[in-house]
Amino acid sequence: MGFLNWITENQQIIYIVVLMIFVGIEIIGRVPSVLHTPLMSGANAIHGVVIIGAIIVMGKAESDNYLALILGFLAVVLGTLNVVGGFVVTDRMLEMFNKKKKKS
Amino acid sequence: MELNILTLSYLIGSITFILGLKMLSNPASARKGNLVAAGGMAIAILATIFLYEEDGEKLHNYGWIFGGIAVGTLIGFLAAKRVKMTAMPEMVSLFNGMGGACAMLISIVEFNHFYEHLRPFLEIGLTEAESFAFGGETSLQVSGSQMALHLIIILAGLVIGTVSFAGSIIAWGKLNGRVKDFAFRGQHIFNIVLLLIIIGLSVYMVYHTSRFEFPSFYEEESVTANTWLPSSFNYIFYGILVLSALYGIFFVLPIGGADMPVVISLLNSFTGVAAACGGFLYDNKVMLTGGILVGAAGTLLTILMCKAMNRSLANVLIGSFGGGGAKAGGGAAKEQGAYKEISLSDAAVVMTYANKVFIVPGYGLAVAQAQHICHELEKLLESKGVEVKYAIHPVAGRMPGHMNVLLAEADVPYEKLLEMEHANEEFPTTDVVLVLGANDVVNPAAKTDPSSPIYGMPILDVELAKNVIVNKRSMKPGYAGIENDLFFQPRTSMLFGDAKKVLQDLVAEIKNL
Repeated sequence: MGFLNWITENQQIIYIVVLMIFVGIEIIGRVPSVLHTPLMSGANAIHGVVIIGAIIVMGKAESDNYLALILGFLAVVLGTLNVVGGFVVTDRMLEMFNKKKKKS
Repeated sequence: MELNILTLSYLIGSITFILGLKMLSNPASARKGNLVAAGGMAIAILATIFLYEEDGEKLHNYGWIFGGIAVGTLIGFLAAKRVKMTAMPEMVSLFNGMGGACAMLISIVEFNHFYEHLRPFLEIGLTEAESFAFGGETSLQVSGSQMALHLIIILAGLVIGTVSFAGSIIAWGKLNGRVKDFAFRGQHIFNIVLLLIIIGLSVYMVYHTSRFEFPSFYEEESVTANTWLPSSFNYIFYGILVLSALYGIFFVLPIGGADMPVVISLLNSFTGVAAACGGFLYDNKVMLTGGILVGAAGTLLTILMCKAMNRSLANVLIGSFGGGGAKAGGGAAKEQGAYKEISLSDAAVVMTYANKVFIVPGYGLAVAQAQHICHELEKLLESKGVEVKYAIHPVAGRMPGHMNVLLAEADVPYEKLLEMEHANEEFPTTDVVLVLGANDVVNPAAKTDPSSPIYGMPILDVELAKNVIVNKRSMKPGYAGIENDLFFQPRTSMLFGDAKKVLQDLVAEIKNL
């Protein structure tokens, strides 16, 4: 019973999870192997959304809660690294591909 | 109004992630797709900073937030801009680890909040709990099962994020050679036991939380209700943290360097799921969509990568190439014939008077940064009327597509790069195959030796060509740790040395002819 209740209470989230799993599988179904690395790198940058959680943690921390402040700050730095580094590296990889395209 | 804009921003963010991934899987739109996703990310981040509110309260600590973002942006941007092409795979792994660590830290902070609420009810006697005046804090009075759910998500984010973090760091170290392959007997059993302990401890915590009820002190019967928690609650939590880190390390350690791309891709999808846990925690749709999307796409991508090597994921994870090295080496030692060396001038002559030359690039080329000189050699030979092409194995190098990117950097024309199937059709009519720092992708054992760990992987059939010249630094086996029979075949000759140095000398020799 509890489980059914839980599904009803969280149906929005459950729908998102289920649909996103299918979307994720569907959109990269036929990717050429040359693009595996850039695609992985791009996906790597996208899961940097975790930074939003870090920002929320940071922004909610009371100013005397040093543990939360320090950990939150670290989390923001690391999350930003993931996002910025991820997108820039992906762009650099794909830059190479574009150059190649023009030549051909 | 502001909250509505926040919702809209998150919606835009989610859509750009989907579109971005979709565009990334097509060569023509890939770069734009990356920018689209980056734009969506920027919108979602800015909206969170300025518009997010909880219980009507805006975020504060702006100084810390912007400071953190500034530091992260600066380091991330510089690191990503400065990294060499060859080191990009390990950079991706490192950034992935940062994301995992971020999820881990979020879980730690959230657990501390959680723990603060519960601290008075640890197993330290009801008197102290009773002295905890309970007035007013009604928001805390949630049921045990709701708290248990909250704890499950915190723990899931912690375990997955930590495994991803620790594993990525090891993968990073392996790719740049700082961490050696390491395996001991029974490591798989050790890993499984580790995982079971992690799950067991988590279940223990969740179970006690789910039975917990906040006592209502004004009713006598509350004493009989379950109003306490084990006193070791937070030690268990940090125990799980440590064990997860250990698991991440021992999960990646025995897997050979050649399989690191698959592992990184898998850890990448782990981090996606860890990010999605954050989405659950804060009921944040953009984190949820982004995280699950990457989790699903990353898992499929991992499987696709394995397929490109004609292996199963289980085979990659359990295969333990590094550990199997001793075994495979022992097997190959049985019939190691002699190999023959070729001098530079001989190699130059053979190549100059050939009709068709195939170059098979591998990781050695990337390490030596020899792509430009390689292109020079190709142009030089072409000017002498030799047809030169490149045969690209889908998993040559440390990442699929590694060689394409590398050669594109040296302006090698696209049409000169032949994929494996086409190259294999042409090898029988090829005069010389020059193997530059590739090993496992040209190992005939993949076709002939069922006991070989790479058995079944499609390879480049270079042995069909009239001559094979293999450039390697030494006779050491490749990353998979297996001997290569190709080197001992009569048509094969070895040209030892660093790829860049050898190519430079070769170019000089050919010019002198």
